Amino acid sequence: MMLLRELAHSRAGDKGGISQISVIARQQSDFNVLRCNVTVERVRKHFGHIVRGAVQRYELPHLGILNFVLHDALSSGVTRSLALDPHGKCLSSVMLDLELGMPGDASEG
Amino acid sequence: MKTVRIGAGAGFSGDRIEPAVELIDKGGLDYVVFECLAERTIALAQERRADDPQGGYDPLLAERFEAILELCRQRGTRVITNMGAANPAAAGTAVIELARRMGLPGLKVAAVMGDDVLSKLDMEAAEILEYPAHLSTLGDRVISANAYMGIDGIVEALAAGADVVLTGRVGDPALFLAPLVHEFGWARDDWDLLGQGTLIGHLLECAGQLTGGYFADPGYKDVPDLARLGFPYAEVSADGTAILAKVDGSGGAITLETCREQLLYEVLDPENYIQPDVIADFSAVELEVVGADRVRVSGARGKPKPPHLKVSVGYRDSFAGEGQISYAGSGAVERGRLAIDIIAERFKLMNLPLIETRYELIGVDAVNPREGIASTPREVRVRVVARTETLKQAQAVGNEVETLYTNGPAGGGGASKSARQVIAIVSTLIDRRLTDPHVELEIA
Repeated sequence: MMLLRELAHSRAGDKGGISQISVIARQQSDFNVLRCNVTVERVRKHFGHIVRGAVQRYELPHLGILNFVLHDALSSGVTRSLALDPHGKCLSSVMLDLELGMPGDASEG
Repeated sequence: MKTVRIGAGAGFSGDRIEPAVELIDKGGLDYVVFECLAERTIALAQERRADDPQGGYDPLLAERFEAILELCRQRGTRVITNMGAANPAAAGTAVIELARRMGLPGLKVAAVMGDDVLSKLDMEAAEILEYPAHLSTLGDRVISANAYMGIDGIVEALAAGADVVLTGRVGDPALFLAPLVHEFGWARDDWDLLGQGTLIGHLLECAGQLTGGYFADPGYKDVPDLARLGFPYAEVSADGTAILAKVDGSGGAITLETCREQLLYEVLDPENYIQPDVIADFSAVELEVVGADRVRVSGARGKPKPPHLKVSVGYRDSFAGEGQISYAGSGAVERGRLAIDIIAERFKLMNLPLIETRYELIGVDAVNPREGIASTPREVRVRVVARTETLKQAQAVGNEVETLYTNGPAGGGGASKSARQVIAIVSTLIDRRLTDPHVELEIA
C-alpha cells in the first residue's frame, strides 16, 4: 500500500466554508498515476468524515497539479467555525495520507 | 528594458518584520507591499473605530513603518499596504506624524477610501452568497460592509506621487497589480496583462509562503534556514513576465515546488480567478527555473472584469466558550473520553443552552477525526467548545471544564478556558458603479 505522500505534495487554502487542496506530482512522470488514482470519488471517501458538500477536481496537467475543491468542509468558514483548525490548513497533510491502492493498479505515466 | 521590482513585506497582519527590512535594504525594490488584512480583520477594526474615531487601522502599523520608513527613503522604495483597514485616513495621519518624528519631511502619504459600502447596500435586496437569505435577516447585528476594490484608487495615489499608499479592503493581488499598471501604463482592458499582473500579485501576497514557508516536510521537502526565512520579490517586465526571487543570504528557497504550491493557494477554478480588475486565468501558466532561487513566471491570461464587486459583511454572530485539560500516561485516552462524557452530562444537568458543541481529544481527533486510533498517544488534551447566545453561557463552558481538576478523572492538568464573541463574515455583491474610490494625499 502506497500513500499519496510518496508521489505528491499538497497545500490547503480556504474560501468561506470551502476547502481547496492542491495535489502536486513530485515527478511530472507520476502525474498520470495521480490523475487515475486521486479521483473525485476517492477524495470524497477519504474526507468522508469532513466534507459535506460537493467535491470538484480541476487539472493543470503541464504543471502536474490536481486542484480539489471541497464544498461545505469547514463548518461555515474560518470566521465562525469552532474547529481547532478553522482554516483547514492541516487538511493538506490529511490528503497526503490517501492510499493509492495496490502497486500495479495505476497505469504507467 | 525597464523592469519593476516589487517585494512582499508581510503575508498577514502579525507577520515578521525583519524580512521586509532585509528585502528593502538589499532587494533594490521599487515597491514594497504589506498585505495585512484578513477577511474578518476589517470587521474587528470597524468596532475599534466605533470606539475611537482615530482608531480602526492595523495595530502594528506604527511598528512596521518605524522599522522601514527611513530605509525606504534611502533606497527609493514606495510602500503600498492595506494596513489602513477600517480607517485609512487615520492610518495616513499616523504615518505622517511618525514621518515628522523620524525627521522625514516631504513624505507623501495617500489614503485610499471607498471600500466602506455599508451605507450603500440595500439590505432588503442584497443576497447573502453563502446561504439563501437577504442581508436584512442579520438585522442590527451587522457591523461592517467592505467591498473588494480594484486598483483605481491606488493607481491614482501613485500618479499623484505618493510615497506611501494606505488602503482599506482591496483585492489582495490589486496591491501588486496597481504599481505595474502605473509603471507600465497597461490598458485597463488589456485582460491578459492584467491577468499576468494578478498572477504575480497572487504569488507574492502571502510573502513567505512563496519562499519555503508553509512548505517544509522533513525528509520529503526540506527547506534551509527557516528561522531566517526571506520574503520574495518579483522583477517584472513590461510584457508581464516576471522573475521571482529572494535576496542573497536570506533563508528559505524559491523552487518550482514552492511556486506550484502557492499558484493555486485559495484558488478554486484556475481558469476563473475572479478579481475586481480582471478574471484571471492561470491554466496556461509557465514556471521555469532561471537560476538559484530564481523562477520565471509567465503565461497567465485574463477575461473582462466582473460587473459586481464582492463585499465582506461583518456581523455579531454568537459567543464561543472553550475549555481544555490534559491527561498523560497509560489510559490517557480513556480518561480523556471519560472527562468528555462527564462534561456532556453536566451540560445537560445544568440545562445550559448550547447551539453547537465539539468534544475533541487533541492528539487523537481534533483536526483529523477518523475511525479508530492509529497508535496510543502518551498524552492527550481534552477540548470542549460550544456556541452560545450569551457571553455568560460561553463562560460557563470553560468553567465546567476547569472543574474537572477536582471533579473529573485522575491526573487532569493544565486546564485553560476562554470565552469570546464571534464576529463572522458573510459575502454579498454590489454593483461596482455604486462604489466611489477616492484618494486623500497629505505631506509630512
